[in-house]
Amino acid sequence: MDAALQLAVENLIARYVHAIDDDRLEDWPGFFVEKGRYRITTAENFERGLPLSIIYADSRAMLADRVSALRHANIYEAQRYRHTVSSTLVERIDEHTASATSNFQVVRIMHTGESMLFASGRYLDRIRLNGDGGGPQFEERVVVIDSRSVDTLLAIPL
Amino acid sequence: MFAVPASRVWPAEGLARVPYWIYQDEEIYAREQECIYRGDAWNFLGLEAELPEKGDFKTTFAGEMPVVATRDETGTIRCFENRCAHRGALLCLADRGNAKEIACVYHNWTYDLQGNLTSVAFRRGIQGKGGMPGDADPESQAPRKFRVEIFCGLMFATLSDKTPPIERYIGPEVAARIRRVMKEPVKILGGYTQVLQSNWKLYFENVKDTYHASLLHLFFSTFRLNRLEQKGGVIVGGEGGSHVSYTMMRSNQAGDEYERAGMRSASGGYALQAPQMLESVDEIGDGVTLQILTVFPGFVLQQIMNSLAVRQVLPKGVGRTELVWTCFGYASDDAKMTELRMRQSNLVGPAGYISLEDGAATGFVQRGVLGAAARASVVEMGGRTVESNESRVTETSVRGLWQQYRRHMGL
Repeated sequence: MDAALQLAVENLIARYVHAIDDDRLEDWPGFFVEKGRYRITTAENFERGLPLSIIYADSRAMLADRVSALRHANIYEAQRYRHTVSSTLVERIDEHTASATSNFQVVRIMHTGESMLFASGRYLDRIRLNGDGGGPQFEERVVVIDSRSVDTLLAIPL
Repeated sequence: MFAVPASRVWPAEGLARVPYWIYQDEEIYAREQECIYRGDAWNFLGLEAELPEKGDFKTTFAGEMPVVATRDETGTIRCFENRCAHRGALLCLADRGNAKEIACVYHNWTYDLQGNLTSVAFRRGIQGKGGMPGDADPESQAPRKFRVEIFCGLMFATLSDKTPPIERYIGPEVAARIRRVMKEPVKILGGYTQVLQSNWKLYFENVKDTYHASLLHLFFSTFRLNRLEQKGGVIVGGEGGSHVSYTMMRSNQAGDEYERAGMRSASGGYALQAPQMLESVDEIGDGVTLQILTVFPGFVLQQIMNSLAVRQVLPKGVGRTELVWTCFGYASDDAKMTELRMRQSNLVGPAGYISLEDGAATGFVQRGVLGAAARASVVEMGGRTVESNESRVTETSVRGLWQQYRRHMGL
């Protein structure tokens, strides 16, 4: 195992989830390269080879649009997430690229005090190790949620 | 038959009022299962394209009643209750699959793809011992079979033999609008389920409510995708139970009624960094950019630009509903068209820019009326009757729903 690589990838993933959980959504697109891809799908769609996503973006600009829509257009009750990420397996693809698979759980905390296990699943990542500014960034992050069901709505990204 | 409780009297104002107990009452809910889903309504089961091969099956629901839909060995779509004649266990546990016959896992009673009981394990016992009496009639408790009709690749099922054929049930004008979207063979792109913390009727009202679209869904109005001054209309059919609302391509005469009224949804100055998400093709060729269509009690067909989907509305208790989305394109789509549909899929579903609010709004009503069973909602936009309308500042199709509902329920 390449310990330095493992730490670099885990650090990227940790910074990503803290940004979302701390409501620093404006920082979220910056975890991706400019042409970075992000999508959320269900395990059922993923395993059947069906292309449908719950959220689909093929550029950092589309991620930025998601954030401005959440801030300025979409209506949803105040809520926060708490991510727990574990079991990250990292593989080097080439000098500048790695892949990673992690498990995650997201607890959603509503302003009413209600907490629920909102989503569990896998992050399937392809990471450019020397992104903008020299640090690692996601080239692709596919979020595969285990269940086909989403409670009420999915506003904040996973 | 579940009776209507004596205290449950519809308000004298008729269709212009909807009493809040209708979303809360357990007895009303039980009566709906009997009079609507297991009564003379057509239940939407899904797309025929979900069962392309002989032997394909899927499990779904008619209201709360579990059902199996199959394509039998002759290629005909069948639907029957997902319940073993023996002890009532689910026959089919898988969501979907392909089979020659269906066997109950509990005691291995088997059924053909039409839902006929074909064998009872050890019916005559073993070596003359055990087994059922000669006059046993387990077939009398066989799973109920539905009358099935396929309309434009959509599967509908009913337990009633009196219900009119599906096309007549939908009504000619709304049926024509289904044909418009289901114009050629479809390709399934995937699906998901959205769990709504509300009564099923609140969601069905929401889909039929053309008045809310540009007021709740600000994404729409910010980008002038569906402002009420755009050309469009509402058609109500099928004795009120079916409806279609549609919007024509944005015209140059778009006014500034929203700005003048100082409404929240008029907030301007918001631009997309990646506007290619909204690039669309007039693939049906009639300039209709948005069409939402419903058939009572649980079918929705959506065309939002090039995002096509069916939604199946399933009641899961008085205060809980599952919305089963299946998004599709056409079998003739090339990779570029699929990519375009994938971009536009951001508009719909539980994270949809113009649909995510619906998941919450119906719950706001469910929670808001907890102390108000005897009060009623006001449904008077566009008058107090049910009729097609060129304006979408109307609740005519919501009133249509209640007209159809009350007829089914005897309310």
